[in-house]
Amino acid sequence: MTLIRSARETHAYSPGLKVKRADKIRRIRRLPILGKVLVKEGDRVDFSTIVAETMIPGEPNIIKVAAELDILEMDINDYMRMVVGDKVKKGDVIAEYNAFFGLFKKHINSPVNGIIESISPISGQVIIREEPVPLSMNAYIPGRIVQLLENEGTIIETNAAFIQGIFGIGGEAHGELRVATEDPHEILTHKLIEEDDEGKVVVGGSLVTKEAVDRALEVGVIGIVTGGITDIILEEILGYELGVAITGQEEINLTLIITEGFGDIAMNPRTLEIFKEFEGSIACINGATQIRAGVIRPEVIIPHEKFALEEVGDELSDGMTQGTSIRIIRQPYFGYLGRVVGLPVELQTVETESKVRVVEVELEDGRRVIVSRANVEIIEV
Amino acid sequence: MSSRDIIFQVDEAARSRLHRPVEEMNYILATDVGSTTTKARFFQKKEEGWRYIVSGEAPTTVEAPYEDVTMGVKNAVREVEELTGHQMLESEGGGIILPFQDNKGVDLYCTTSSAGGGLQMMVAGVIKTMTAESANRAALGAGAIVMDVIATNDGRATYSKIQRIRNLRPDMILLAGGTDGGTISHVVQLAELIKSADPKARLGVTYKLPIVYAGNKIARQYIKNLLEEPFALDIVDNLRPILEIEDIEPARRAVHELFMEHVMSHAPGYNKLMKWTEVDIMPTPAGEGMAVNLISKSFGKNTLGVGLGGATTNIYSIIRERFVRSVSANLGMSYSICNVLKETGIDNIMRWSPLELEENEVRNSLRNKMIRPTTIPETLEEMIIEHAVAREALRLGLEHHKTIATRLKGTRTVSAFERGMTSQEMIETYIDMMNIGIIAGTGGLLSHAPRRVQSLLILTDAFQPQGVTMLFQDSVFMMPHLGVLSTVYPEAAWNIFDKDCLVRLGSVIAPRGIGRETENVLNIEMEMPEGDTLKEQVKWGEVKRIKLNEKQVTDVRISPTKHFDMGEGAGKEVVTKVEGGVVGVILDGRGRPLNLPEEIKERQRKLLEWFKSLDMYPQKMLGEIL
Repeated sequence: MTLIRSARETHAYSPGLKVKRADKIRRIRRLPILGKVLVKEGDRVDFSTIVAETMIPGEPNIIKVAAELDILEMDINDYMRMVVGDKVKKGDVIAEYNAFFGLFKKHINSPVNGIIESISPISGQVIIREEPVPLSMNAYIPGRIVQLLENEGTIIETNAAFIQGIFGIGGEAHGELRVATEDPHEILTHKLIEEDDEGKVVVGGSLVTKEAVDRALEVGVIGIVTGGITDIILEEILGYELGVAITGQEEINLTLIITEGFGDIAMNPRTLEIFKEFEGSIACINGATQIRAGVIRPEVIIPHEKFALEEVGDELSDGMTQGTSIRIIRQPYFGYLGRVVGLPVELQTVETESKVRVVEVELEDGRRVIVSRANVEIIEV
Repeated sequence: MSSRDIIFQVDEAARSRLHRPVEEMNYILATDVGSTTTKARFFQKKEEGWRYIVSGEAPTTVEAPYEDVTMGVKNAVREVEELTGHQMLESEGGGIILPFQDNKGVDLYCTTSSAGGGLQMMVAGVIKTMTAESANRAALGAGAIVMDVIATNDGRATYSKIQRIRNLRPDMILLAGGTDGGTISHVVQLAELIKSADPKARLGVTYKLPIVYAGNKIARQYIKNLLEEPFALDIVDNLRPILEIEDIEPARRAVHELFMEHVMSHAPGYNKLMKWTEVDIMPTPAGEGMAVNLISKSFGKNTLGVGLGGATTNIYSIIRERFVRSVSANLGMSYSICNVLKETGIDNIMRWSPLELEENEVRNSLRNKMIRPTTIPETLEEMIIEHAVAREALRLGLEHHKTIATRLKGTRTVSAFERGMTSQEMIETYIDMMNIGIIAGTGGLLSHAPRRVQSLLILTDAFQPQGVTMLFQDSVFMMPHLGVLSTVYPEAAWNIFDKDCLVRLGSVIAPRGIGRETENVLNIEMEMPEGDTLKEQVKWGEVKRIKLNEKQVTDVRISPTKHFDMGEGAGKEVVTKVEGGVVGVILDGRGRPLNLPEEIKERQRKLLEWFKSLDMYPQKMLGEIL
């Protein structure tokens, strides 16, 4: 058998981020543990509709009764004043040791309100379970319930513009969109945050400054969507250095989404165009990012019925072919947009001397460049 | 060396399920579904035996919107098809064609996987330095990422342990504690702690969390009463039946079986992938570990192996036949690259670059790699930065490994102390670089380094081998593939391993000691294959490269000066054999420990001098950047 070096073009596969004016969006709303689903299939829900609820079991409190009373584990029941299932209040005596007609006395009080869950004559421990904590889950996006997940949650569907970011911090929120920069190359400074931006999602620019974030927090902005951020500004906002990219739980009072990457990088003009078109609409945003173990990218969902759904295939699944719109995501052409003009089979040597599979790209300025296939991503428009 | 000289452990049950007897096979396909990339390797039986033919790679598709690992596998295999013209995939969206017939398909398909975060485990044991430590080693040996080790005496309050267990969301728990027949109350307390914390698996609410119990056997009934209902409980032999013995094999095996039964079947697309292969899917690190073990057994030397991946750094040591694996879950070259930055600090990364770089630019560049982990450096500058991070990831990984590779508590030796290790190091680890004969590296960055000398120097700078050490590298990243293949067809695995996988980089001769500028470090006399004797002198801070080809072995007389030690004591001569490789023999006079100059300009000058001396990067390009 000989290796084939045909001139034919090959299949290429480079996942990218979705930037779509109109798409059918489905979101799974799943409780962390089993609970009760409060909606029916076909129901219409709004951002804040509670779709499911559950009771999160209370904290367990383990008390080393045998050790504290200095008794044998197997004798624990002889000293207990409570049995399994009893309700206790903080301070109640749960176990007591009496010797010499009360001369030597020790007792153990419950540290919390709760229920005696177990008394173990093996370990000598008593477990008191605190009251369960109610947890409600809202819809996050407005739309129609299309499927129920028995005792777990539901799936909501809506027609919307959909923009995936590359990285974000902060959780789910919704607010009115306001585009703060005309030019995607403009830096989003504090001067561009306005007094009446309270509750809004402010969009635009190639980079957000720390002062702009501070100003946004002061005004009560709920979200910022911008092209880039620097590592140093991110650290200043968070107050710590991020190790692995698992985010969404930060307590920073706003959600921040970057669409392009780290550094001063102009927002993709097509992305900005969509934001401009929907300025004034309500957007659902989520900064949660997880780049490992089931990737989650931050997102902006702008529900609307203005457009018919685009009858395009899923470019991401189809892979890269002639004419596919791509973005270069590594130096020396990091941030450039273009379209595929060639997918040669042969490995080619790049500056590092690595032999890699490449793609020939015509940049928007007309230049043709050859880059590694690993360093481009498909833009779904 | 022939495969007959090496002891293999064949999984006879798996072998009996194969489509065709191994002797009749001609084509084998193996994949590794990595956290970043799915790598397909195609092997063929030739006249001279089994050989590696070609590779295909594609991004792993464990994530949304694909959420089906078989897509990435098909894309990688399609690349192999395109390069060979050999059809392996069923045309109508099916899987791999098995067995080979009508010029289509392969006779065997097997795979390893670390996608979706691999196997994430929590470990619990009674005493931190005894059963908890043994349980940790068992989980790591099974290829797991250990998220936390809970011990009765780990210094944390009960409530914080409970919080930790609740937040972890592991795939599996390994519980150990007590010697057989000893007290049971402590291990039962731990079981109660786990039960009351009610940990939730990351794989969803319908997933019944597996727990392996490998503790005191007389506590089994109590453990069963406590844990059987809410969990998928599996009870195996105690991993510390008596204090002096550690028997982790039953626990390791149970972890592996539960990994297949529970974890894999819940990961996106794995149910389909499991049907494609007749051999159990193996966690990548387990496959990698088998390959490192194979090297150690083949050459009969203490070996340090490393898998430098995108998400994790796995280190394996085989010292006097004791195999230990550590995994640093958040040290890696793509997903975890910024955790390396966080752990080591930007200064420690930038110290390995001879280029004038802006700190902010480097930071942003690493962040961009973190968020787009499948990209590769295309400029020399970016590659030098990644090579710098690799050194730090490996260095930190080895530090971590030393905390796992420890003696069973209660035993002590004085030889390490005599070798100059600090008393703290002696207590913590038995890894002594002077006793390591082989260092073997695998993983994307090392295997794909454009010049082999780059991986040799990265490994040398990070691990700082002492004495005479042979360095190997996985040619195109196929150690995990060959590890899983060796479970059913070891002869083929060894054939490919020896001929196509194992690249002999060369040997590093590096004495321990610190010197001064202009001081002589050592003199060598080497009998060259052509018959002449090569004499070289190495001064303090110098690195020299001597050409000696792969599989060429020669006698060498090494005479360190009075401040330097080659393993026989300061200033003592060593006469030994040294093996060459694609890089050759490196004479490293930079001293051990290796300290880079503090002053930036001087450090950059030194690095450049070493890079030039070893022909590390394209000189012209390096000159242009500088």
